[in-house]
Amino acid sequence: MNEIQGTQLIHKYLRHNKKFPHVFCPGCGHGIVLGSLVRSIDALGLAKDDVCIVAGIGCSGRLAVYVDFNTVHTTHGRALTFATGIKMARPEMNVIVVMGDGDSMAIGGNHLIHAARRNIGVTALILNNNIYGMTGGQCSPTTPSGSFSMTSPYGQMEQSFDCVELCRAAKANYVARGSVFHVNELDKMVTEAISNPGFGVVEIMTPCFTQFGRKNKYKSPVEMFNYLKKNVISQERYNDLSESDRDGKIPSGVFVKKSEPGIEEKYYAMARQVQEGI
Amino acid sequence: MPRTKRVKRKEIFALGNEAVAEGALLAGCSFYAGYPITPSSEIMEIMAQRLPSIKQGCFVQMEDEIGGLGAVIGASLAGRKAMTATSGPGISLMQEHIGYGCITETPLVIVNVMRGGPSTGLPTSPAQGDVQQARWGTHGDHSIIVLSASNVQECLNMTIEAFNLAEKYRTPVILLLDEITAHTREKIEIPNPDEYEVFNRIVPTMPPEWYKPYEETVRGVPPMPAIGSGYRFHVTGLTHDVNGFPTSRSDEVRELNERLFRKIDQFLHDVQIVEEISTEDVDVAVIAYGCVARSAELAVKQARDVGVKAGLLKLSTLFPYPRKATEKVMSRAKTIIVPEMNMGQISREVKRVNNGQVSVRTINKVDGQIITPAEIFKVITRV
Repeated sequence: MNEIQGTQLIHKYLRHNKKFPHVFCPGCGHGIVLGSLVRSIDALGLAKDDVCIVAGIGCSGRLAVYVDFNTVHTTHGRALTFATGIKMARPEMNVIVVMGDGDSMAIGGNHLIHAARRNIGVTALILNNNIYGMTGGQCSPTTPSGSFSMTSPYGQMEQSFDCVELCRAAKANYVARGSVFHVNELDKMVTEAISNPGFGVVEIMTPCFTQFGRKNKYKSPVEMFNYLKKNVISQERYNDLSESDRDGKIPSGVFVKKSEPGIEEKYYAMARQVQEGI
Repeated sequence: MPRTKRVKRKEIFALGNEAVAEGALLAGCSFYAGYPITPSSEIMEIMAQRLPSIKQGCFVQMEDEIGGLGAVIGASLAGRKAMTATSGPGISLMQEHIGYGCITETPLVIVNVMRGGPSTGLPTSPAQGDVQQARWGTHGDHSIIVLSASNVQECLNMTIEAFNLAEKYRTPVILLLDEITAHTREKIEIPNPDEYEVFNRIVPTMPPEWYKPYEETVRGVPPMPAIGSGYRFHVTGLTHDVNGFPTSRSDEVRELNERLFRKIDQFLHDVQIVEEISTEDVDVAVIAYGCVARSAELAVKQARDVGVKAGLLKLSTLFPYPRKATEKVMSRAKTIIVPEMNMGQISREVKRVNNGQVSVRTINKVDGQIITPAEIFKVITRV
């Protein structure tokens, strides 16, 4: 696909009547995720009406405004609960949730665990930029230990959450991690997550230069992308590394892939049995 | 009078909570999500059992009350009539989503079986402490409809009413019950299908490209399509323009906020449900709701028996507060008595309407016990 075709494809799914430009800062990776999402939906051939994008609050939450699907911008941390209601009410819809790291793992941590446990048939894209961007650069559950933020001015002392481990332990059907630097891989993961039954999670490493980069001595957005290029490595390569070499490296790829039916499928199968008096 | 053949109504012996579930199903509720909490849990248990047996019926037990109301909003946006039920601490957790329901104009029903408080309070004792919270619990300024019921039959009737008003005005409706009403078992009649109205939300009929999701209409209530029905639009808790997109332009902000009030306030006659009992020639009028209204009804009757001209204004709608009905009773009575199981949450509204014209006496009880007919009778006959 050449560049012009790629751009036209994205335009096909954008809301042209919405007052652009978007809110994302220069150097932000969220637009790349949006592109990846749109390419995946297009590749799967889903009709616009059959897709519902549910977003939380923050920069990632704004993503839903720009695309021409059924879009719901919810409350902070609760996007998965809204998505659960939508998916249970309309199991035929493709429900995709877009959340940030604070959204999904701090305020919404409980909902993430239980969406995975429940295996609700929605796809969760977690845009992890290790910081609260829109609120002004406070630390998040994934801010790496030792790095700086508005609320960890002397260095973050808490450990950071590993989204993949968390979702794997909570029994999600599909768990993957990619980065906005490795776009082709990301496209594949998002496509696979949407088409896989049950709860799918793709953690996407994306840079926030404005809030994270500036406070942690990155000289430019390019340097942050280079960090992703160098440190987001395949899980096979990661596993081969010695314990000391793993520091700062982020394993990527598909970690869990099961095809158990989502709760909505199981529920309506049960309901049919009840109705038929079996 | 010609005798029309009547189909005999089905009678059941039910708890208030069971009557709520029954009423919800009669009104067309097909989605329930929530989190169990005393003294509302029976509603959830019955919905869990009944919903799978109806067409498209769906039940989810969520991880907490926040998730419960989130799922209800999602289901309602997807076209379902949806409800949740909870009690004190749960309703506190739900407040942010109640506000979300108001600004996104999502029809839904929330049953709050009040328990004593504050905090974990008295989980199994009756109280009426959440009245002002139902009105003003969420942040920001908004209109809302709050109903109550005082016996088991009313639990059923008011639940149907709650769904109808929610759908008609595209708004969350809160049904406030107390532990006594919810846990009293009485014989009730299930109305036949032709005996009650079921209102369904108005869906757009214009082509999708013409549709503006938050445009002004004659009633102030825009038509509402379901997610997935071909009308693609943006739903947000942010203040939005007629297209549903976030805005901070003061004219658009004002327009939306004023319409959210106006759409309910211009139909007060439809929303405000009250019942007057022997108020035609009243000297002492009692204004009450919930289980206390029941005590008051008996007290009023006993007072009439001893020659006191007493009457009762029973509030089924608590908010928007029935000002007109209150004023009418006040114009006749010399004294108003407001008994309630809190320190004065509806008497505050009564005094606001009264504005110092007649004497307003309150009976407040916060010891986890019901206000008895004798206690109200004593005050009626003393004034």
